[in-house]
Amino acid sequence: MRGMSVIVKKIAQLMSSLIFVYGIYIITHGHLTPGGGFAGGALVAGAFILLILANGSEYVRLKRQEEGSSLIESIAVLSALVLATVGLAAGSLVFFNNWLPGGIPGQLISAGTIPLYNIFIGMEVAAALITIFLALVIYKEEISK
Amino acid sequence: MEVMLSVIIGSMIVAAIAAIHARDLLSAIIAQGFVGYGLVICFVMLRAPDLAIVQIVVETITLVIMVAVVLDSSRKELETVIDRRQVATTGMSLLFLVLLLFFFNRAIGSLARFGDHTLRMSEAYVTGAAEQTGSINLVTGVLWDFRGYDTLGEATVLFTAAIGVLTIIRLEGKK
Repeated sequence: MRGMSVIVKKIAQLMSSLIFVYGIYIITHGHLTPGGGFAGGALVAGAFILLILANGSEYVRLKRQEEGSSLIESIAVLSALVLATVGLAAGSLVFFNNWLPGGIPGQLISAGTIPLYNIFIGMEVAAALITIFLALVIYKEEISK
Repeated sequence: MEVMLSVIIGSMIVAAIAAIHARDLLSAIIAQGFVGYGLVICFVMLRAPDLAIVQIVVETITLVIMVAVVLDSSRKELETVIDRRQVATTGMSLLFLVLLLFFFNRAIGSLARFGDHTLRMSEAYVTGAAEQTGSINLVTGVLWDFRGYDTLGEATVLFTAAIGVLTIIRLEGKK
């Protein structure tokens, strides 16, 4: 896949950082404002996909990137599961128990384990979408060889 | 609001039919994008901003990927020949359409009015979820506290999809 013109590349560089930060905001404020792990993760993946589409496939070392994103995906799902299992040990014997102190509702650090779940699921969704996109791009490179 | 919703959903149906019958695949994708963004407007009007954000982002990403695929391959739809089998399937689908519309029309009388709900469970969520979970956003509170298993299943679906794509589409594999 070839890259696009200089204008598109520059605009993509400027915009993708903004999209990335907005995705992080949506993830971390998931328990206060609309959104959450799924929406924010898709936004973060969109920032990376924009960069790859604008700059072409020579911009990133594709195979290394794919290995990294699938590793992050697995780690994120595993840590969400570990966090849910810790609820069994701490307090009552309930899977997905909200065992951290709740704090004051409305503050950024509140609601116990819910922000942590949001962060892990955001990582998982972003890494999964990037992995699928990179797999399609690498497939095309290997076909055209 | 019901009139606006009916207009938007009706034009979404028209766009979906146009997407199926378009000769040019690029215009089919654009008509399909109309369906997705119309759904975003419906979600916003029904006061579901969480769903609207997810829908608008996922719709944009899938549109971009599909446009990239179409621009790299062919823009032309395959020619279809009308034979007896196609006539039979079209007749069957029309028959089922009439049957379904008949039964929907009979069942619609026993439904609750538009905007009312009949679920007793949702009362407890709406009144007590903010105090019990500590999360101001009730949707996230329900997703990660009361319905944790469901959300874990959704995450697992995406994980499995990524693994499936990697397994099927990677020709050479990791050596």
